[in-house]
Amino acid sequence: MANGQTDTLGRIGERVSALGDWVNARFPADKMWKEHASEYYAPKNFNFWYYFGVLSLVVLVLQIVTGIVLAMNYKPSAAEAFASVEYIMRDVPWGWLIRYMHAAGASFFFIVVYLHMFRGLMYGSYRKPRELIWIIGMLIYVALMAEAFMGYLLPWGQMSYWGAQVIVSLFGAIPFIGEGLSEWIRGDYFISDITLNRFFSFHVIAVPLVLLGLVAMHILALHEVGSNNPDGVDIKKHKDANGKPLDGIAFHPYYTVKDLVGIAGFAIIFSAVVFFAPEFFGLFLEHANFEPADPLKTPEHIAPVWYFTPFYAILRAVPDKLAGVVIMGLAIVVMFLLPWLDRSPVRSIRYKGWIFKTALAIFVISFIALGYLGLQPATTLFVWLARLFSLLYFAFFLLMPFYSKWDTPKPVPDRVTHHG
Amino acid sequence: MAKRILIAALLLMPVQVMAAAGGSGFMLHAGNDVGNKASLQRGARNYVNYCLGCHSLQYVRYNQVAKDLGIAESDLEDTLMWTAEKPQEVIEIAMPDGDAARWFGRTPPDLSLTSRSRGTDWIYSYLKAFYVDPTTMFGYNNLVLENAAMPHVLWSLEGDKAAIFEDTVDQDGVSHTEFKGFEQLTEGKLSEAEYDEFVIDLVNFLDYVGEPVQLQRQSLGIKVIAYLLVFLLLAMALKKEFWKDVD
Repeated sequence: MANGQTDTLGRIGERVSALGDWVNARFPADKMWKEHASEYYAPKNFNFWYYFGVLSLVVLVLQIVTGIVLAMNYKPSAAEAFASVEYIMRDVPWGWLIRYMHAAGASFFFIVVYLHMFRGLMYGSYRKPRELIWIIGMLIYVALMAEAFMGYLLPWGQMSYWGAQVIVSLFGAIPFIGEGLSEWIRGDYFISDITLNRFFSFHVIAVPLVLLGLVAMHILALHEVGSNNPDGVDIKKHKDANGKPLDGIAFHPYYTVKDLVGIAGFAIIFSAVVFFAPEFFGLFLEHANFEPADPLKTPEHIAPVWYFTPFYAILRAVPDKLAGVVIMGLAIVVMFLLPWLDRSPVRSIRYKGWIFKTALAIFVISFIALGYLGLQPATTLFVWLARLFSLLYFAFFLLMPFYSKWDTPKPVPDRVTHHG
Repeated sequence: MAKRILIAALLLMPVQVMAAAGGSGFMLHAGNDVGNKASLQRGARNYVNYCLGCHSLQYVRYNQVAKDLGIAESDLEDTLMWTAEKPQEVIEIAMPDGDAARWFGRTPPDLSLTSRSRGTDWIYSYLKAFYVDPTTMFGYNNLVLENAAMPHVLWSLEGDKAAIFEDTVDQDGVSHTEFKGFEQLTEGKLSEAEYDEFVIDLVNFLDYVGEPVQLQRQSLGIKVIAYLLVFLLLAMALKKEFWKDVD
């Protein structure tokens, strides 16, 4: 009896492994698993800041899944969009939860991506040989902005409508082709049913496809050169007899179980917002957006959602419309150049001198201040403050080739330092 | 890190406070309790009696209100359902749009989401800010929404009030009209305290109507977060076990 059972199990085992061999001869399943998980060696000294990469991925999946369900009940038409969102909120079973998750998810996407980028700034993760990872990451950021912007039109509320009106009309500032270009984007002379339909198409398929492709490239490029770490030292310099880095540990199971902790912590904060403050004081869901879009009634105060406001503040700080659009564009372009602006001999902020630390602190303050100012009405004082912080924002990048060289770095250890 | 996020959140907070005020600056705090079922039921009654003539709730269904507010569906037809045949219908008004626009200068807005777009404090203040002003079409004006097209529908309950304004000239020589307070001209059917409760019940009902799910949302949230806390502890234990051999 017992023997018979072992035999059966043994035979099933053989069949399964034969199936595995069959697949592996035709598809690199095992090879990919090893390359990207069980034999991908990541530095063992990742700290708190290294959660935000995997969290970005978690939010991406969350947005796709909730988005699919929302699209089942949403109507992309100017006459029905607003009511269909309320239908989801009230009549679709659990629709309110899916909608709040998707809406808060958009804001959380930017929160985790901003923190992920800040991690890169701190530890020099954009430095050689990771320039392409940074550039692909920046492309993801730009695609994400497009995705969020077009998604925000879909509820067809007052802020959806007028926010889109303001942003699309910015293209009108470009000489000669501007007016035609913004008309081409809208497909109409103003934001209309046609615009809503095409933004829906971009939001649910075109941009998500681009995003997924870029995210795959981001991870492939990372796994090609290996992860940086809080010490900014190269773990591939010291390997054991088998060629495994001495300071590296296999991504699976070590970082998969560690990331589970990060994901659980994130889920708690995310749930706190979704269940207890889904509008997040009017920052994640603006109050004016609970009024249906009215092309004849301009709201007194138009502000984009918080994640765009640093750039909106830069735009408004410039008196000339075209110059404002150009400088706002440059504020994003300049971030792409980061790998070549930093001339410091060390990667990580741990071994950089006081000049870089001060510069980074000023940059963070400027970015948050600009974000705040972009939400406020453009009073004289606020516009001047926005000018000051815009200047500091650009100074951080454009002066980096100089101050990163003047700085006196500390000696970098040979191996990573472990903090548990 | 957490501190930095908190600071950022706090920095962003005053936006709302600033956006909420406006006009004369007359703004009261509603302080309604959406968990109070009796108040919600009274609010629903007040709404159908005094508001539903002009203001629809086009996203709200009668039977949903009955279910959430603990009203038996058999009672629904006699007490609330005056503008519909079936309990699953939405709360519409009988007045055609074109007529309303002709009579009042604009179509009275649907109020399904007013508590979310304007806020409960705004509705509460608006309903307490009507005063006698013979220069307007209906003889009333409003401190919160100047030259509001809506007449003071609740005048018989509140009675008539006059608003006292004072012209002041500031140090730059610019003159301002400052609101100094109300003066009761005639008594209404309700005392001041009764009228206040009447309005709060109404605001409470509109708060509920803006987001019916808020009655369940928070209690579900507590359960979800409790589960996630257990999951977090398990994940931490698992991580510790796996990481034993990492030095």
